Amino acid sequence: MSNIGSYDERVKNFSWSIAEKELGYKPGDVINIGWYCTDRICQQGKGERVALYWEGFTGIEKTYTYNDIRLASNTIAAFLSGLGIQPGERVCLFMDRIPELYLGFLGILKTGAIAQPLFSAFGDESLLVRLSNAEATAVITQKKHAPKVRKILDKMPHLKHIIIVDHDGTAPLKDREVAFSLEKAAPVEHFDVYPTKAESPSVIHYTSGTTGMPKGVQHVHYSLISQYLTAQWALDLRDDDIYWCTADPGWVTGTSYGIIAPFALGVTQCVLDAGFSAEAWYKWIEKRKVTMWYSAPTAIRSLMKAGDEIVKKFDLSSLRHLASVGEPLNSEAVVWSRKVFGKPFYDTYWQTETGSIVISNYPGMEVRAGSMGKPFPGITGTVLDPIKNEPYTTHGKIGLVALKFDWPSRMRTYWNNKEAFQKKFRNGWYITGDRSKLDADGYFWFAGRDDDIINTAGHLVSPFEVESALLEHPAVAESAVVSKPDPLNLEVVKAFVALKPGFTASKDLDLEIMNFIRKKLSPLAMPQEIEFVPSLPKTRSGKIMRRLLHAKEWGEEIGDTSTLEND
Amino acid sequence: MADELKDMVLNYVTKEYLEDDSEPLTYDTPLISGGIVDSFSMVSLKRFLENKYAISIPDEEATPEAFDSVNKIVALVQRFAAKKA
Repeated sequence: MSNIGSYDERVKNFSWSIAEKELGYKPGDVINIGWYCTDRICQQGKGERVALYWEGFTGIEKTYTYNDIRLASNTIAAFLSGLGIQPGERVCLFMDRIPELYLGFLGILKTGAIAQPLFSAFGDESLLVRLSNAEATAVITQKKHAPKVRKILDKMPHLKHIIIVDHDGTAPLKDREVAFSLEKAAPVEHFDVYPTKAESPSVIHYTSGTTGMPKGVQHVHYSLISQYLTAQWALDLRDDDIYWCTADPGWVTGTSYGIIAPFALGVTQCVLDAGFSAEAWYKWIEKRKVTMWYSAPTAIRSLMKAGDEIVKKFDLSSLRHLASVGEPLNSEAVVWSRKVFGKPFYDTYWQTETGSIVISNYPGMEVRAGSMGKPFPGITGTVLDPIKNEPYTTHGKIGLVALKFDWPSRMRTYWNNKEAFQKKFRNGWYITGDRSKLDADGYFWFAGRDDDIINTAGHLVSPFEVESALLEHPAVAESAVVSKPDPLNLEVVKAFVALKPGFTASKDLDLEIMNFIRKKLSPLAMPQEIEFVPSLPKTRSGKIMRRLLHAKEWGEEIGDTSTLEND
Repeated sequence: MADELKDMVLNYVTKEYLEDDSEPLTYDTPLISGGIVDSFSMVSLKRFLENKYAISIPDEEATPEAFDSVNKIVALVQRFAAKKA
């Protein structure tokens, strides 16, 4: 029997107070995610239970009990407080998936400060934009990533502390840098956790915007209510599970379901800090006897590519439940997982802005391969007619995925960008930016984005951000960036580039521009293909018609070209 | 020739994918499984090899395993260079 039981019954009798009661929370109480994920579990008598099995790429292993993560998060919180970090200040986590990332996240929340996790593969430009917008006062990082912070330090007067967690003394610390070693620091038995309330800000995750710079999605401590209950009902997480969430906490899945939900539930989770290889992943499942596995379609497709034979080399019989997130899960992947693992991947749908799963396939409910599933109990979702901004009255029409904006983990605003936040609503509905259709039984079927944002391997990339960075390359006169279909990553970045006089298209220049973007922004944003063109299609008012280029890549109808320059 | 090729690849990976303060690479350092080169960056590494050695590596051969160390990359390049010859 699954945790959710009957989906229809849950929908009928739903109230978020179910989670509040289980967590012992009453409206108006103090609610601090850092405390709920550590101290509370210890108070339940589970202090000696393993909270985290961690393994690095060199094979180094570390194991932390719930009491260990309580002490470690206290120790980090005390260190931050000692530096003068105040509640409400933004503290960035810029690290690989090392234990300090997970423990630092909880430590930051215990001080009342706001955690700002950033993907460690970000280049200096991506880092600068996000740290500046958040006006972060501290960054916790590793010595390998510190050079990227140093490079932009002069542009960040707000940044007071760069905390290096693995400083070994081989090179001197530089301006504003301070060393902190979790292993050498004296464990702090008691830390006065800051009494945050439901609406106190907790986390800021940055997400790509269509036309502007990245937006800081701000969440609050009350998000715990949604994350806790969705992990139980949609992911079917149970007390005795060994859970593996493959997401990096630089992105929202890695915090909502890679830190907050599993620790608040007191389950054992494992983290493998290594690059992808099918062999390493299967070996990890076998070694840790993973029971619940939450991954992404790109990873699943990569496993499919590695073949069925390799699966037979490993004992994967511990797997009880599988789920997926980040981009639409194609039906072939569902069929394949049934064949090789004996169970399907259950697709879940949500966004950085929603903070938790909002539409999902649930254990016990029929999985319609390729469908996003149904709204989580308590969440009202629909498909809006994009012209009338009202729900379609008949099924099967493609429109905008829209939600009533009233669940606990919804974002509260975009940091320093209320205007962008307000633009997310139409006629009382929150507009996700995705398109889908509804079938007669209430299942959602994904149909694509409603904007130019590129979803590559489950990560959103803004064409605007890539185009802006391209213009900084000395050879680029103008550029347009669109998505291109890709069998593994769903979409990848493609750039159309017109060169300045004196530059000639060549394979070397192509590679130079690719690497330029990779280092400046991130590997995800790097164009996988660059097409050199004499000029870009523009409207008579001079605006680049990205739409035409997109249509060309996807083999779609070009549509109205009446405003095209020189048409 | 093989040593030259090894050093060329090692120097390129060091220059393009490692931060200044990183531990030096060896010919067997795991690049993909070690998180030094991710699957997206692998595309630019593949492009470099194809440009430099005038070869074409089919996507199905450009696996994380085949790119996981300088030695493995060199073996891959040699295989396709030999095919070309």
